[in-house]
Amino acid sequence: MLDQPDKTSLIDIKGVSRSFPKGSGEDLLVLEKVDLTIASGEIVGLLGRSGSGKSTLLRIIAGLIAPSSGDAECRGKAIQGPPNGVAMVFQSFALFPWLTVLQNVELGLEALGIDSAERRKRALEAIDLIGLDGFESAYPKELSGGMRQRVGFARALVVHPDLLLMDEPFSALDVLTAETLRTDLVDLWIEGRLPIKSVLMVTHNIEEAVLMCDRVLVFASNPGRVGAEFKIDLPHPRNRLDPAFRQLVDTLYARMTQKPEPKTLPLGSVPGGGVGMVLDHVSSNVLSGLIETLAGPPYNGHADLPVLAGQLQLEADEILHLGEALQLLRFAQLSEGDLVLTDAGKRFAHLETDARKKMFVQHLLDYVPVMGLIKRVLDERPSHTAPAARFRNELEDYMSEDYADETLKTIVSWGRYAELFAYDEQSETFSLENPN
Amino acid sequence: MPALDQALRPNIWDIVALVLVIGAMVLIVYGGEQTTRPLSSLDITPVSLDPANLPLYALRTTMRMLLALICSIVFTFIYAALAAKSRRAEMVMIPLLDILQSVPILGFLTFTVVFFMNLFPGNVLGAELACVFAIFTSQAWNMTFSMYQSIRNVPKDLEEATQSFHLSPWQRFWRLDVPFAMPGLIWNTMMSMSGGWFFVVASESITVGNTTVTLPGVGSYVALAIEKQNLAAIGYAILTMLLVIIAYDQLLFRPVVAWADKFRFEQTASGNPPTSWMLDLFRRTRALRALTLPFAALNRAFSNLRINLPMELGSEARIGRPSRVLDAIWFLLIALGTGYAAFWAYQYLSANLNLSDVAIAFGYGLLTLLRVVVLIALATLIWVPVGVWVGLRPKLAERVQPLAQFFAAFPANLAFPVFVSLIVHYQLQPNVWLSPLMILGTQWYILFNVIAGASAFPTDLREAASSLHLEGWRWWIKAVLPGIFPYYITGAITASGGSWNASIVAEVASWGNTHLTAAGLGAYIAKATEAGDFPRVVLGVSVMCVLVTLFNRLLWRPLYAFGERRLRLG
Repeated sequence: MLDQPDKTSLIDIKGVSRSFPKGSGEDLLVLEKVDLTIASGEIVGLLGRSGSGKSTLLRIIAGLIAPSSGDAECRGKAIQGPPNGVAMVFQSFALFPWLTVLQNVELGLEALGIDSAERRKRALEAIDLIGLDGFESAYPKELSGGMRQRVGFARALVVHPDLLLMDEPFSALDVLTAETLRTDLVDLWIEGRLPIKSVLMVTHNIEEAVLMCDRVLVFASNPGRVGAEFKIDLPHPRNRLDPAFRQLVDTLYARMTQKPEPKTLPLGSVPGGGVGMVLDHVSSNVLSGLIETLAGPPYNGHADLPVLAGQLQLEADEILHLGEALQLLRFAQLSEGDLVLTDAGKRFAHLETDARKKMFVQHLLDYVPVMGLIKRVLDERPSHTAPAARFRNELEDYMSEDYADETLKTIVSWGRYAELFAYDEQSETFSLENPN
Repeated sequence: MPALDQALRPNIWDIVALVLVIGAMVLIVYGGEQTTRPLSSLDITPVSLDPANLPLYALRTTMRMLLALICSIVFTFIYAALAAKSRRAEMVMIPLLDILQSVPILGFLTFTVVFFMNLFPGNVLGAELACVFAIFTSQAWNMTFSMYQSIRNVPKDLEEATQSFHLSPWQRFWRLDVPFAMPGLIWNTMMSMSGGWFFVVASESITVGNTTVTLPGVGSYVALAIEKQNLAAIGYAILTMLLVIIAYDQLLFRPVVAWADKFRFEQTASGNPPTSWMLDLFRRTRALRALTLPFAALNRAFSNLRINLPMELGSEARIGRPSRVLDAIWFLLIALGTGYAAFWAYQYLSANLNLSDVAIAFGYGLLTLLRVVVLIALATLIWVPVGVWVGLRPKLAERVQPLAQFFAAFPANLAFPVFVSLIVHYQLQPNVWLSPLMILGTQWYILFNVIAGASAFPTDLREAASSLHLEGWRWWIKAVLPGIFPYYITGAITASGGSWNASIVAEVASWGNTHLTAAGLGAYIAKATEAGDFPRVVLGVSVMCVLVTLFNRLLWRPLYAFGERRLRLG
């Protein structure tokens, strides 16, 4: 059934965009003109960085949020509110702690008004299928994370949905548990025992996508859109060590790092001289550690991202975060799924703490425009102090409040490390004076 | 079906439980019969100090409190749900609740006694309702706030799950909002029940102008004992209250708390879940448990009713641009309503009072404010060290905590004999020495919150402090005080609010024929109430309301926010 998905489409997404109100002025576009069709009999993966709009798209399909423009249809009918025949599995499990496993699983059936005998029968079937026998009367807090997510799956499967939506269902679990659950699920799927027709899953784990999906859509950020689509026709069960598998993982890594994102474009190419750049918070300690790791053996300044991620036990998303921060500061360069130290990065790796700080200051001032701006303002003002609101407002001209917060947090953390300025959290002011 | 037979066959626990249930029902019916008699019956069988009457009085007082509690719960469900689900209703309802919280409860009595007595002329029911209403006003607001805040903070993922699984707004309310709000609501209900005692004593025996009502109950028993200077009777009253508090704690609240433990929103099981012998008893019964099955089914059916709520009450409009026009109309309506109310209030007050009255009331208000500030400071100096000392000793804390909660339930009136006698005997200044009565019941909130804070103080921080040789005042300033600060503030807010309320009783103390008065806003309101001088009651209540609100906004809220932001551990 997997080789020949039949052509009736379950979900049709045409030109869907979604924007959210921003701190100031216009709305923030998080999803731009996305097209997607989900046919019967396939597992589709949405792969992308956090903030690339993939979760937003999933929620539009789930009927939890409405698109700002474009058409979203389920079985030919416009999606208004959660459509029938679509069930969802949550990253955080979203179980009701005051209901037992059985009651949690029955909840969706109850809402549909199914009578109690039928309800019980179907719930027990789902519990049986997903391997929760014996746990019917347990409360979620008595279960381990893996068992809890099994309840999440049983609760979704029991309504016999045509489409199962999964929002990073394994990312809250530890590595071993996640792997067991993935393989169990894939086994049930190939054996045709799941009472569903298709699956749409959101993930930022590249290997997970390659392991489970028939088709992967790679999302690009700012605004979120479909960057590329890959068909994966490796036969199940898939082997992570299979060269073809590794090849696909590498390709996807390359694809996710290939195009420079607008937020890391070189200085001057963004309106406002780059002040509106979103800075994801990465601790300066982690950056130093990563530079040292890259400079040392076996990498000697050049690392393959999947390998590096494997060694550091990081998700693709996280390693890309770090890589981008290094790239922004010109300590390293991301290209084709590799992370390569620049000369500056190599020099940095061999410096002492104080010298590192000096170099960090220089790179901050040269390559992070908002840092230069803050320094300039503090130098110019007679009091050498400035309220954070002054810069927050400027940031919010370009980004949402959440991003402005994150960016400000990064600014404070890097500025403090570099001893570029001091920040008082209580009065929310920047100043040049360091407490001595 | 042998399994079912087994489940239905009664066991010994059934008999015990059955006796308890039937006993409770008989008591309720008996107590209820007393409330519908004509008013004149109160004069035929006046309250007497015979201790043999106390069980009946205790029953009637408890029933009033439970009735008020039921009203509070119903009110809470409706008010909190409306405020949390409708943005427009919220704009009006939440500030209103905030003000209602700071209105002195005994101030309400003046209006409500007259209102309810006119509703049922010549019947005890009117007076009963006025009393129940007074207790209700002392219980409802914090419960409503707690529920509102819980509903607003329902986890996003559970909310999405209810939508995704097609639960109707009605189902969602009963399946998600109510269970999630349950632990906070129960805790606040217990606090309310403690606080209610204070107002029972004040409201069972009340004089408004020419109307004097004395309802049989513990409160009027205390009032009579004070009038007759009967110390033994005061002792009996204290004993009765003690027994009643223990009884409802063991029979009602502990089982509820133990049962509601499952609603606590946590992902891992906690160390020591609360237990209750009463709940265990009922869980061991077979037949009674079987009898509860229809109730469970009924409850299920009720929460699954297909009730279509208006769109706005359901999922808050998803694509989310509220209509500007409707907003404008709504604002206009609010403005009109406020203007109309302001106009009539001004008309009424200006006809009877002038500016100098306002100045006098504010002057008294400042005096009472001074008392509250000084007393809270004193209570802090005494109870913070004690609380920390107790809180750092878990075994001791376990015993002292319920004791403090128990003391908090005791109304100031019970201490009148001691205070009045001492003041008269040593010829002390009432303006100073009546003040401690204000904080008599409320200081305990500081104590048990500080105990809670000190108990929660992380062991590793204590160890770090001692390994760094932090000692003496440094240990207090650097380690312990910041650690318990958020808890202390919570306690102090409750204590200060309670003290304002208590001033109406505490600033006018009497023992037999000796009446002592301290100058202050509380005495001002109390005197105006007794004289049936409505304009001055309204003025006094408004002034207190303004002062309490300002005090909260300018002092407590910023401190609370500071504590939550900077000093919350873990």
